[in-house]
Amino acid sequence: MKRVDHAGASSRFIEAKDHADFHDMRLWDLRKKRDAEAIDIPEWEELRGLASAIKEHTLTHLADYLEQFERNATANGMVVHWARDAAEHNQIVFDILEAHQATTLVKSKSMLTDECEMRPFLANRDIEIIETDLGERIQQLDDEPPSHIVVPAVHKLRGDVAEVFARTIGTDPKNHDVPYLAESQRMHTRPYYLTAGAGMTGANFAVAETGSFVVCTNEGNADLSTNLPKLHIASIGIEKLIPKIEHLGVFIRMLSRSALGSPITQITSHFRAPRPGTEMHVVLVDNGRSERLGMADFWYSLKCIRCGACMNTCPVYRRSGGLSYGSTYSGPIGVIIDPTFNLRKYSALPFASTLNGSCTSVCPVKINIHEQIYKWRQIIAERHQLPMVKKEAMRVAGRILARPRLYRAAVQAAATGIDKLPRFMIYNPFNAWGHQREVPSSPSQTFRQWYLKNRGADK
Amino acid sequence: MLEGTIAMKVALFVPCYVDAFFPEVGIATLELLERLGCEVDFPLDQTCCGQPMANSGCHQDARGTEALYAKNFAGYDHIVTPSGSCAHHVRDHMTAIEQTPAVQKVRRNTRELVEFLHDVLQVREFPWAEFPHKVGLHIGCATLRGLREATTSEIAEPAFNKPKQLLSAVKGIEFVAPKRIDECCGFGGTFSVFEEPVSVRMGQDKVSDHHNAGAEFIVSPDMSCVMHQQGCARRMGLPLKFIHIAQVLNGARG
Repeated sequence: MKRVDHAGASSRFIEAKDHADFHDMRLWDLRKKRDAEAIDIPEWEELRGLASAIKEHTLTHLADYLEQFERNATANGMVVHWARDAAEHNQIVFDILEAHQATTLVKSKSMLTDECEMRPFLANRDIEIIETDLGERIQQLDDEPPSHIVVPAVHKLRGDVAEVFARTIGTDPKNHDVPYLAESQRMHTRPYYLTAGAGMTGANFAVAETGSFVVCTNEGNADLSTNLPKLHIASIGIEKLIPKIEHLGVFIRMLSRSALGSPITQITSHFRAPRPGTEMHVVLVDNGRSERLGMADFWYSLKCIRCGACMNTCPVYRRSGGLSYGSTYSGPIGVIIDPTFNLRKYSALPFASTLNGSCTSVCPVKINIHEQIYKWRQIIAERHQLPMVKKEAMRVAGRILARPRLYRAAVQAAATGIDKLPRFMIYNPFNAWGHQREVPSSPSQTFRQWYLKNRGADK
Repeated sequence: MLEGTIAMKVALFVPCYVDAFFPEVGIATLELLERLGCEVDFPLDQTCCGQPMANSGCHQDARGTEALYAKNFAGYDHIVTPSGSCAHHVRDHMTAIEQTPAVQKVRRNTRELVEFLHDVLQVREFPWAEFPHKVGLHIGCATLRGLREATTSEIAEPAFNKPKQLLSAVKGIEFVAPKRIDECCGFGGTFSVFEEPVSVRMGQDKVSDHHNAGAEFIVSPDMSCVMHQQGCARRMGLPLKFIHIAQVLNGARG
């Protein structure tokens, strides 16, 4: 499978200056709002520690909590399914829909169903799917994956949305007014709630003790999707478990503050049992999570609550856009999760980082994101997935830098004239430096030469 | 030597890019340490700490360089370098070589210049230093979040800032702050060439932010970030000047 070319995609992203400027500004604004909310809570750092500990505890007792959840959810009247991978998940969902003769599915946002590529699978089986989250709907109508896990269409300007809606739902292409566009989409989507045979959600949290799950939204679409049709299917990644309802408060306090810098989502829905006369199905999905749980350096990534704070703060993500990562999960969290799905395909992503560490500092569950990025680089090098030019540059640099005499020859050549480039810099594609940057001017002597002249005598 | 200071033996590590492109930073570091009463050794076979290879995932290729570093600086109680990311690599990531007690000691004893001045020598006054300019301070991310030389904007805690504290003792200095006070400038080692488009865009944003805040100079303990920012600013035609913190603390007037 072809490697994702993050640098190439980011170059195209940056060329569209208005888009790039807006994207960076919009997400930085979310980061600032997140800071303001975090500062407002004196025990914020304590909450992060607590959230991390709860998640680590749960993940290290995951099998027990999953079975507890299944028992309690079943006792509540839900039907619980287990999906080993994406294919099983999609088949289970289809089988449930088919058994209910449901041909239309209204769906709220779920990264997991994107991960499983459920939409094309069901579309091929004549199921009509309507995404009801505004951003996700924009992306669906434009036939593009979400570019951000919380704000899926954040890379689009209002003019882009007007173009998509004009093309797909018949709005006036010249009208870029946001309320007009939002209302048009709403009027277009609303009738589906009434006719759909099934509604679907993901879950932000699943509580083992109560056998219930929680969905946090801002648009009310999840509640319409679940309370109008007679069938509710929820796809839940197995890492979404928390032990008790009392733990929920820790996460609810941090989720929306971290994501959007708002104290809480507009709606926090608890689903515990089907309404009379309806059915509620839960699909618990592994799809590589158990394997990740077994990775000594990377299992912490399963603590993620999908708030997107790491993406909002990431200076690389903000300037390259989510689609440049070529995966369901983009930004820092994507960089450390994606290689577990396909090391070769996503081998460039851990290098799409300056290792600045801001992601780790904002993560509400204290995932050591930038340290995992560093670790992934080692694994990618060890498994021979580095591009040849980088591999060769490092081999040569390593040889020169381990030998003082070779090093001195190289450095003196560099210092006395940038036009006489030493080998390690030629093998390094150092010329990329000069595309948009000046190279440092060459000093008359190296530090070492100065030292020998000025301090050498008495040593 | 300053009155009351204790003679201390220090080994100076001048990173490869400073050796080649910014000898004045090495000179200022050496002179400053001497001025503060240190006896400074400069092991002549030094090259690099191994960071370029290790940060690219190539630990095998970093091994020889790390071994050479450990050999050159074995036995010193204080190894000082005017580069935060190198100190961070040595202390937190120099794991390609066998972790003998001698290697562990070298790693533990390696400090970035500001850390050494602030934490070990505990210098708070630089009576010879005067820098009557508007200054934007740039602390590289490895220095900031790796070595924790200052608190960051992401975490609410009692604030401290070691580079700023030292610079505050310099006569005439005036700080101006960019809007994004500690956003990464986009250097990132080999990131700067392999992810050139984003790297440059970040660099341009960073120097523009400083320029718009009214900075004449960007002062930094991290010359690699400076090399990148200076390259961006020059190409953009911004009138920003760049200087290492060692030069300012050693009395450069700018």
